[in-house]
Amino acid sequence: MSAIIVLILLGILVAGGFLIAFVWAVRNGQFDDDYSPSVRMLFENKKPKEEETIEAENPDPKQ
Amino acid sequence: MAGQACVHCGADCGKHPVIWDDKAFCCHGCKTVYQILHEKDMGDYYKIQPMSGIRVETESHSNKFAFLDNEELKGQLLDFTDGSISKVKFFVPSIHCASCIWLLEHLDTLNPAISYSTVNFPKKEVYITFRNDQISLRQLAELLAAIHYVPEITLDQLEKKGSLSSSRSLLVKIGIAAFSFMNIMMYSFPEYLPGGDLLEQDFKDVFGWLSFILILPVVFYSASDYFLTAYKGLKHKIISIDLPITLGILALFFESTYAVFSGNGIGYMDSLAGLVFFLLVGKWYQGKTYQALSFERDYKSYFPVAITRLTEEGEEVIPIKNLRKGNHILVRNQELVPADARLIKGKGNIDYAFVTGESIPVPKQKDDFIYAGGRQIGSSIELEVVNEVEQSYLTLLWNQKDKCQTTNSLDNHINKISQYFTLAVLLIAFTAFAFWAFHDFKTAIYVFTSVLIIACPCALALTIPFTFGNTMRVFGRKGFYLKKTDVIEQLHKTTTIVFDKTGTLTLSRKLAVGFEGVELSRDQLDKVKSMVRHSSHPLSAALYEHLKAEPRYEAENYEEIPGLGITGTIEKERINLGSRQFVMGEEERSDSKESRVYLSISGEHKGFFSIKNVYRDGLQTVIDDLKSHYDLHLLSGDNEAEEERLQQIFGSSAVLKFNQSPTDKKAYVENLQKSGKNVLMIGDGLNDAGALAASNTGISIADDVFSFSPACDAILESSKFAQLNQFIRFSSTSFRIVRLSFVISFLYNIIGLSFAVSAILSPLVAAILMPVSSVSVVLFATLSVRWMAARKLH
Repeated sequence: MSAIIVLILLGILVAGGFLIAFVWAVRNGQFDDDYSPSVRMLFENKKPKEEETIEAENPDPKQ
Repeated sequence: MAGQACVHCGADCGKHPVIWDDKAFCCHGCKTVYQILHEKDMGDYYKIQPMSGIRVETESHSNKFAFLDNEELKGQLLDFTDGSISKVKFFVPSIHCASCIWLLEHLDTLNPAISYSTVNFPKKEVYITFRNDQISLRQLAELLAAIHYVPEITLDQLEKKGSLSSSRSLLVKIGIAAFSFMNIMMYSFPEYLPGGDLLEQDFKDVFGWLSFILILPVVFYSASDYFLTAYKGLKHKIISIDLPITLGILALFFESTYAVFSGNGIGYMDSLAGLVFFLLVGKWYQGKTYQALSFERDYKSYFPVAITRLTEEGEEVIPIKNLRKGNHILVRNQELVPADARLIKGKGNIDYAFVTGESIPVPKQKDDFIYAGGRQIGSSIELEVVNEVEQSYLTLLWNQKDKCQTTNSLDNHINKISQYFTLAVLLIAFTAFAFWAFHDFKTAIYVFTSVLIIACPCALALTIPFTFGNTMRVFGRKGFYLKKTDVIEQLHKTTTIVFDKTGTLTLSRKLAVGFEGVELSRDQLDKVKSMVRHSSHPLSAALYEHLKAEPRYEAENYEEIPGLGITGTIEKERINLGSRQFVMGEEERSDSKESRVYLSISGEHKGFFSIKNVYRDGLQTVIDDLKSHYDLHLLSGDNEAEEERLQQIFGSSAVLKFNQSPTDKKAYVENLQKSGKNVLMIGDGLNDAGALAASNTGISIADDVFSFSPACDAILESSKFAQLNQFIRFSSTSFRIVRLSFVISFLYNIIGLSFAVSAILSPLVAAILMPVSSVSVVLFATLSVRWMAARKLH
């Protein structure tokens, strides 16, 4: 019996981890623009500097 | 006449393309952009999406972004600055494809002072981080303009900054509801299996308590909006759809909590979490809006941010809000007049296209009064401000809206139904309670909560978001953009349609040309065409386009006199083209029904070209279809010149009104409403703004939906005008779909209620019935809208 309880608690922890990741992603603005990332990943990186461009996050409105 | 396609923008290059690097361009503007990109080795721009460039019709003058040097404005515009690094957000309406994203995110190659830039595609915004000691904000804007991504900077943007998006918090709520829903479903599962009763008490307790913990954020965070709106509605004595939802949620919550605390498993927790999850998904689906489109524009979106003021010390650029009565201002070619003013110097030639939809400029003399909103075409003029921006004629008209619209949204169909629904549910609940109370009080309470639980109008509440949400998406794909889904209901209720004429029924960029007078020889026509080639005035452009002749001559001594006409010599013959006053020396006739360009060759009057507006394609079909279903009215700011023709198109039952001022139009719409009509107003210019706001539904027609349209409920792409009747009629189709979906969800409710009142509702029945009813209604709404749209919208 206790094995199942442990498994269930583990399950909740793992799922909770994903939930936290999701909330973080939403707050970080990753769902604001659902078109450009799909295009952006197809651009060729000519210079190393462009990696910076890709990671540059949208200006946070809280600033 | 089809020539090569321009390498930059894909437009037809005509007979004389601009050639550079063996490639054909339609104009020098496009060639310049190509050169800039070529120089920096950014040819990829043309590879990602061929011919993706933007053609800019009128090159802006060099001072357009001069106001960005003004410290006060700069401070308002910058998102962040620490002296050396600054961040700014520009709205660039012309962003439209993958190439745009690529180019705008590689601005650092064009100018190393730009650290990086990111595009938000749905919002059509570009975020730029730059070193402001190396490049000024003005230079940055000019850099964007140079590659034809002209940023649009308006007063509007300066004032409302950093509004937190509510769509983010909705996503978080959905995420939490989904998380709890999935987990609770897993804990509930054993109870639904055969032999579920044999589950050991320990497990029941653990599952119950876990579910209870998981349901708390769902009820008190995810579902909090429903409680709030239900409470607000009650305060205003309105029973909205949120009230039965709230009742259902609370009944589920307390029933299940009681079950957990008394050690009886986990009750209806899974249904509750699922219910909230489905409801939120519906809300999210409905809430999808066109982020780059603005339906709330007022004069602030049109007016420039700054203006050149003339003082004794010289010129200075000031923010428009610092403009005072009596100030002298300088308005250059292509600049807007920001406030009612009097002309004191220069030749005014004012294009009121934004205001009236009429693209032919009006000449203005010294001391003439110029309304705010006009655009100067030609040389610079000096004006004296008569009314401040806030007090100007049109500004006042736009400011006095907001009162009529607010009540409408509460009085919609769904709320009416939900009133009866709630009353019926409460009645059933109390009757069943009373009936069972005679037998067994405990069962009576159980039946009472069961009724509230099963009657929770999840399917009902999902019907409208999915039907209208889908209709809105279908419309959007066809070029008809709605502000929100409520507009569909208003469209359906329309009884009366009011049209504006200029710019709405007529094309704003196309003109028909005729000639009256002495017949011109082939050679003379060639000369006229050679003359107008040099002028950028819209009338000249219309003549050039229309005349079937060869512009094979070079004009000597060519001169363009703004507001009057053009003159020049070809083969020793002096050719004058222009106003009556300019060509014939006679006063302008004020009753003229159309724009006229008079012509004289070697001093001999030949007659005049008459230039008229052209009606949109498909106008007759649209009107024919609409007039059998609705009352049609036409309000025009022009004179009666076209009355006969319009009466023919509209039929004898339509009311046509001419010489209507913006205030008249608004009053006319309000009068119609007073007589019980539900008015749909279709207009384009700012002179319709008052009427659009007053009407029940305001549709504005725009050539470029992202740039210019007055405040309205919906925006129609002007090229889609011929489908207007289909859109309006389709709103009734989607309304019928809503009704059918209601019927379906009532059927489920009857089944569910029959379980509930006979006291045999178990968590298992609820867990099956709720998702099945929700999903089937959603599927029905979505698929039938798609299917009907494919049949009815072409």
